[in-house]
Amino acid sequence: MALAAQKTQQTADGGKMDIGGAVLTNPNVKPAVAARVGEAAKMTSRKVCVFYGPKQALFDVDLDVPSRQVTALIGPSGCGKSTYLRCLNRMNDVIDNCRVTGDIKLDSENIYDPKLDVVMLRARIGMVFQKPNPFPKSIYDNIAYGPRIHGMAHDKTELDEIVQTSLERAGLWNEAKDRLAQPGTGLSGGQQQRLCIARAIAVSPEVILMDEPCSALDPIATARIEELIDELRENYTIIIVTHSMQQAARVSQKTAFFHLGVLVEWGDTEQIFTAPRDERTQGYITGRFG
Amino acid sequence: MLNKPTDHIVKSFDEDLKRLNNVIAEMGGLAEAQLTRAVESLVRRNTELATQVVQDDKRIDTLETEVGQMTVRMLALRQPMAQDLREVVAAIKIASDIERIGDYAKNIAKRAIVLSAHTPLKPVASIPRMSQLALQIIKDVLDAYIEKDAEGARAAWRRDEEVDEMYNSVFREMLTYMMEDPRNIGPCTHLLFIAKNIERIGDHATNVAEIVYFLVHGRSLDEERPKGDTTNVPIDA
Amino acid sequence: MTDAALVAPVGKLRRPDLSETRIRRRYAAERRFRLYGILAIGFAVFMLGFLAITVVAQGYTAFWQTRIALDVTIVPAKVDPQNTRLPESLIQGDYQAVVRESLRELFPEVDSRADRRALNDFLSNAAGDDVRDMVLANPALVGQTVRVEVLASDDIDMLAKGRVDRNVAEADRPIKDQQIGWYDKLDKEGHVVSSFNTGFFTTGDSREPEQAGVGGALMGSLLTILTAIILSLPISVAAAIYLEEFAPKNRITDIIEININNLAAVPSIVFGLLGLAVLLGFFGLPRGAPLVGGLVLSLMTLPTIIIATRAALKAVPPSIREAAYGVGASKQQVVMHHVLPLAMPGVMTGAIIGTARAMGESAAVLMIGMVAFIVDIPKAITDPATVLPVQIFLWADSPERAFVERTSAGIMVMLVFLVLMNAGAVVIRRKFERRW
Repeated sequence: MALAAQKTQQTADGGKMDIGGAVLTNPNVKPAVAARVGEAAKMTSRKVCVFYGPKQALFDVDLDVPSRQVTALIGPSGCGKSTYLRCLNRMNDVIDNCRVTGDIKLDSENIYDPKLDVVMLRARIGMVFQKPNPFPKSIYDNIAYGPRIHGMAHDKTELDEIVQTSLERAGLWNEAKDRLAQPGTGLSGGQQQRLCIARAIAVSPEVILMDEPCSALDPIATARIEELIDELRENYTIIIVTHSMQQAARVSQKTAFFHLGVLVEWGDTEQIFTAPRDERTQGYITGRFG
Repeated sequence: MLNKPTDHIVKSFDEDLKRLNNVIAEMGGLAEAQLTRAVESLVRRNTELATQVVQDDKRIDTLETEVGQMTVRMLALRQPMAQDLREVVAAIKIASDIERIGDYAKNIAKRAIVLSAHTPLKPVASIPRMSQLALQIIKDVLDAYIEKDAEGARAAWRRDEEVDEMYNSVFREMLTYMMEDPRNIGPCTHLLFIAKNIERIGDHATNVAEIVYFLVHGRSLDEERPKGDTTNVPIDA
Repeated sequence: MTDAALVAPVGKLRRPDLSETRIRRRYAAERRFRLYGILAIGFAVFMLGFLAITVVAQGYTAFWQTRIALDVTIVPAKVDPQNTRLPESLIQGDYQAVVRESLRELFPEVDSRADRRALNDFLSNAAGDDVRDMVLANPALVGQTVRVEVLASDDIDMLAKGRVDRNVAEADRPIKDQQIGWYDKLDKEGHVVSSFNTGFFTTGDSREPEQAGVGGALMGSLLTILTAIILSLPISVAAAIYLEEFAPKNRITDIIEININNLAAVPSIVFGLLGLAVLLGFFGLPRGAPLVGGLVLSLMTLPTIIIATRAALKAVPPSIREAAYGVGASKQQVVMHHVLPLAMPGVMTGAIIGTARAMGESAAVLMIGMVAFIVDIPKAITDPATVLPVQIFLWADSPERAFVERTSAGIMVMLVFLVLMNAGAVVIRRKFERRW
């Protein structure tokens, strides 16, 4: 039933795209992660739909994000991956006519529960954005802001410690330790993005969401961020939206492919990029449509 | 599961892949011709033809080098994924197998030259039948490669059993011939080697079939290849 | 790709027209455009310069006051009626008579009543006040002769500054030839002194030009503007923040927005009427007080600052907000810690524009009674006061010649005041300005 709806959606909106009339398996692949032995899924989504006014942007997304792994969300522009990402830390609440339905859980707690404090949620789920956006304050204050407003440090020494640890974890300590009082906007692009990552880490989140974190950076800076993601994986669950399939292939363990608001395929990164099950995934990955 | 996919957005990528296909097809055609001519030179005792076959093997080697260069270039410049990646890797492996087939054909031709000096032997007649089988398999797997037909590849893959059985009977025939007359040992050994070569050609052709299956489906043929070659199993005398 | 495919079909490919005439015409057009710009700026600068030069030329003399240096004999009988040398007695003395006597000593030939009055007209009727202040400070001076520089009358002041045209017929002049003769004698003997007119800044208004100062109006303006800023700035910023960040986007908010935008264009006299009817009539607040003036002006500047603040808030890039949300800041923290500081330059600009308009506002404050003749310098916001523009207007209306220069001087003072205020606001804005 959902399958028929998607087919008409495709032809109604993007009638130009012909994928050869392939026989589709169920595009809403129900991941078997929840049944996995050992690590339970960190965040689960069931039947998540997002509406911008009357227009629906996401259709019944079911996805499990495994703990302490990197999950990549890929797909062409406008496919809903960023929209989905922003649902996870309720950033879509900030947008006026955006409505989210469905069930999203963090460690079995429903994050859209009215009794749940959004501010606390965002302290547990951090976010790094596409264009580095450090606060127009000093490097120290950039990192210290989050801990300050959440009351994480009792005195200056504790705050200093948090700042140092965050910068070290983000691989920026050596470059920044002598210029903590200088404005964060004075750093280079790659350094600014690492500063934003440090800022996100400073509040000790459990999950880090990254929305195309390297798209504004040069290849060397990108590589350093990817290395950083690899290191962060030990302590944090990471979900990254990326336009670059090579990056998704390099960095993630699980990949989810979105298309026209539908989660088409989800699985191990290796499998998605060597032998995807769905024709649409294949077409996108090999550059046959986008 | 793999229907005819649409073209890449970057058309030159499609052209590269097509060129790769063409080179493989050309190699395959050459290998087929080499085998046909080698066996013909054996049967007709045509040393000129045999010498030609030996020389022409260089062309197959050149093509294999070309395939190597093309695939490395495509891997570096195109970063192919999924099906495209499997196609490029398959081309490398198939080229290698076809090159081995060519080498065996050359070997047959060499031995044909030697055999033409001897008196004609009766068992020579079995060889063309065997090579016909093998040729059919080669032809079928190459078609399967061009068409990306996994089931056709699987069907051809099963027929290797027939080649193996044929090799068994030729083996036994040679043994009896050699036991009859010690003067036959020399030429019969050559014929044995020729038969072995054709059996190996069949194996390589079925390798190609496995590769084609992997290319199409992304996983290997899970059946055990039926092995009909019992010559290396102790004979219960 | 092949270029052949592009070049082959003739007529399909269009190249830009690179001919000389085209280029020359373009350069000429650019030159003309630049010329228009320069002309426009030149015109504006010329008009401003003309205004400035005229005002300064007419007004600078007001900062100097003519005084007559006299040897004043402090006659005890006149000065100390009770002969006690105590302040209560000294304060009642007729110091003006003492000064007049001292002046007459220089002109022994002056005899008739008319002539004596003419000579007395040389002195300001506050000339004696300086002597009185001296005696009160030092009673020992009684009976002595001291050299005092007493205030000259406004006519003599004008004569000294060369503003009286001696060639005009006597009947048309306030100063008669006889007086001119006396003046020249005084001048030759070195009795005419010109000193810096500190009184201009310290005294309030007066009927006599030589005693009139801008101090009262300055204080009144200061108190009024302060009241207006203290009231309007926080309210406007808070209202703008609420409208921009917190208010739900529905019809009611739209209506409020439209009304605020319209209020910015309402003529100021309407606010004056509002003040008159509501503040003075209904609430009974003191008439002409800086409190009322401040209230009315704050109402006037509210829309301006609200609009500017909203624009500044809108201009803060959403990436900053998202970053703050992402770290787990609540909406209030996002606005107060991040958005508002970044919007401060815009808010300050709005405040500058609003208060500058309020400073020069006369129609509204006229309606609420700041037109009265205020002599004392106001000390509290409930004292009656006047503001600089109104003071200038009143002086401009007066017939005395001396008020002409004072009007221009008042304008200069107001402009300086404005510039200082703006400079202060710019400094505050610079302090908040960060680059992102």
